[in-house]
Amino acid sequence: MRIRALEISVGALILAGMLALVALAINVSGLNLSQKGGGYTVYARFDNIGGLTERAKVSMSGVQIGQVSAIRIDRKRLMAEVEMQIFDDVDYLSIDSSAQILTAGLLGEKYIGITPGFEDDLLENGMTIEDTQSALVLEEIVGKFLFNKVSE
Amino acid sequence: MIQFLQKLGAKTLNRVAAVGRAGQLLSQSLIAKPAPMMMLPLLIRQLYFIGVLSLVIIIVSGLFIGMVLGLQGYTILVDYGSEQAVGQMVALSLVRELAPVVTALLFAGRAGSAVTAEIGLMKATEQLACYEMIGVDPMRRIIAPRLWAGFISMPLLSMIFAIVGIWGGSLVAVDWLGIFSGSFWANMQASVSFSEDVLNGVIKSLVFGFVVIWIAVFQGNDCVPTSEGISQATTRTVVYSSLAILGLDFLLTAMMFGDF
Amino acid sequence: MAQLNDTHIEVSNLSFWRGERKIFDDLSLTIPRGKITAIMGPSGTGKTTLLKLIGGQLTPDQGSIRVDGDNVHALSRRRLFELRAKMGMLFQSGALFTDMTVAENVAFPLRVHTDLPESVVRDLVLMKLNAVGLRGASELKPAELSGGMARRAALARAIALDPDFLMYDEPFAGQDPIAMGVLINLISRLNRALGHTSVIVSHDIQETLSIADYVYLISDGKVLAQGAPDQLNGSEDPRVEQFMKGRPDGPVPFHFPAPSFKDQLFGDSQ
Repeated sequence: MRIRALEISVGALILAGMLALVALAINVSGLNLSQKGGGYTVYARFDNIGGLTERAKVSMSGVQIGQVSAIRIDRKRLMAEVEMQIFDDVDYLSIDSSAQILTAGLLGEKYIGITPGFEDDLLENGMTIEDTQSALVLEEIVGKFLFNKVSE
Repeated sequence: MIQFLQKLGAKTLNRVAAVGRAGQLLSQSLIAKPAPMMMLPLLIRQLYFIGVLSLVIIIVSGLFIGMVLGLQGYTILVDYGSEQAVGQMVALSLVRELAPVVTALLFAGRAGSAVTAEIGLMKATEQLACYEMIGVDPMRRIIAPRLWAGFISMPLLSMIFAIVGIWGGSLVAVDWLGIFSGSFWANMQASVSFSEDVLNGVIKSLVFGFVVIWIAVFQGNDCVPTSEGISQATTRTVVYSSLAILGLDFLLTAMMFGDF
Repeated sequence: MAQLNDTHIEVSNLSFWRGERKIFDDLSLTIPRGKITAIMGPSGTGKTTLLKLIGGQLTPDQGSIRVDGDNVHALSRRRLFELRAKMGMLFQSGALFTDMTVAENVAFPLRVHTDLPESVVRDLVLMKLNAVGLRGASELKPAELSGGMARRAALARAIALDPDFLMYDEPFAGQDPIAMGVLINLISRLNRALGHTSVIVSHDIQETLSIADYVYLISDGKVLAQGAPDQLNGSEDPRVEQFMKGRPDGPVPFHFPAPSFKDQLFGDSQ
């Protein structure tokens, strides 16, 4: 009986450790196995992504509808091209939706906000969102502000 | 002066010889033919003494460290209006640094010293010699199960520490200071990467666990078999493992997160 | 030496250093089969070291030790362990495994070296424990035993495999008179009943002499004297006499080697 209690407690330790790893994976690092491969791909090009990272959220009205899966330079246009995975159940984005790089709070993370459009045709796998607005880069705003002041 | 140099040389040689003996111990206990049927009950027993009995101190420390991180992070970040980022701060500092390092330090103090004292006492009471006379290799019977148990328990304890700490941080930040729980968790999830942060933390804790338990068994097996010798060996286990943990932590961090 | 025709263990020209200190210097002795041989000498003469050398736990710097004709230190590790299964050793501190009960301690060598079914192991353990009078203590932990009982339990473990050869390291040290009497009785009774060779390392003169068949007296790494107990008791050699009679001073000096006391007291003031 004493040996059994020992075995059970050791088993509980190992299970607790495994559970902790799973919790770290899912709750803390946001690893979501069900999203892997799920969803459809949409592209958007930006002049400046200003600190957007892979796995950043894609949201509409503050609700997450997908995540950034890849970021690269479009060699033809020499612009940043962002690849997004949009969840499968989000089947209501029209082709004239617009994408915008936003910041959560002053120093918060960057994410992509999607504003839906009015067309009847919907975005499908592999399509590109044409209407985009780049990230606000603080230095540029300050620069513009100073430039305007000087020219006044 | 010559005498000083002589002493220094002798001391250095002694140290090098000790490292050699430690390596010998490791190879003898691990490379020796495994006897799994005999090993498993011994391993479970050691997992209990080394792992389960360290659990309480790990959980309590993890909880408080997480709560302190939440509180400190909040008071700093609120000045910049980005107190939602407190979740990410708590999680990153725990997963990358504090969980492996603090767990390893506590582990050295709790389990490492106990292992050293136990093996030292076995040596002093001739139990190790007696195993050998009966024809059982004490490396396999005594040393190997403890090495494995330490190596297995450390990452488990470290992950439990991280999870409890993050929970403690959320307790302070969300339930007490009133940060919106959605942004607390979302910020955290966006900035903590599984492959980079969580797995690197696990790798760190594996390395630390291995080093701590190695030092502990070696000091026990190598001690002078008197009560004074055992107490010195126990102290050495805690001091050497703490130094090794902190030094290795810098090295590993530079390798994992440095840009080279 | 005529009576030593059946030699069990032969130590020849053995030398052993511990660091800078020479423990044995060209030591040779033979241990007859089936008898109780005592190896005696002042503390610090390496009597325990000799047992460890015979058991193969230490390796000599020179010379050889042969058990049944096999050189202990030339055996492979596996053969050495096989040889050890035929040796029993009673350690000075008993060396009972503290994480097992008394019965498990006695069963341990049986489980390691034999494939006997559990019920046979149990019966054997009870027999051995009965032989040392501790059958009732079989479920106790070593920490719950008195010193004398711990040594008897260790003796039961040492004879668990019915060894050919049993080594006793200071079996009487630190025992009260009753426990000592019990142990003396046990050692000689076991030796006669089981017919194994016994080697007792001790500095308890009277107790050891009362059961030994043959005695070696070792001092300064050499055999100082040897013979049957009566021969040694009647020895004229002043060093032998000093040890046998237990006189505090004599050829073996009371003082640890030191410079002249006068020089040390007044040396600094000059």
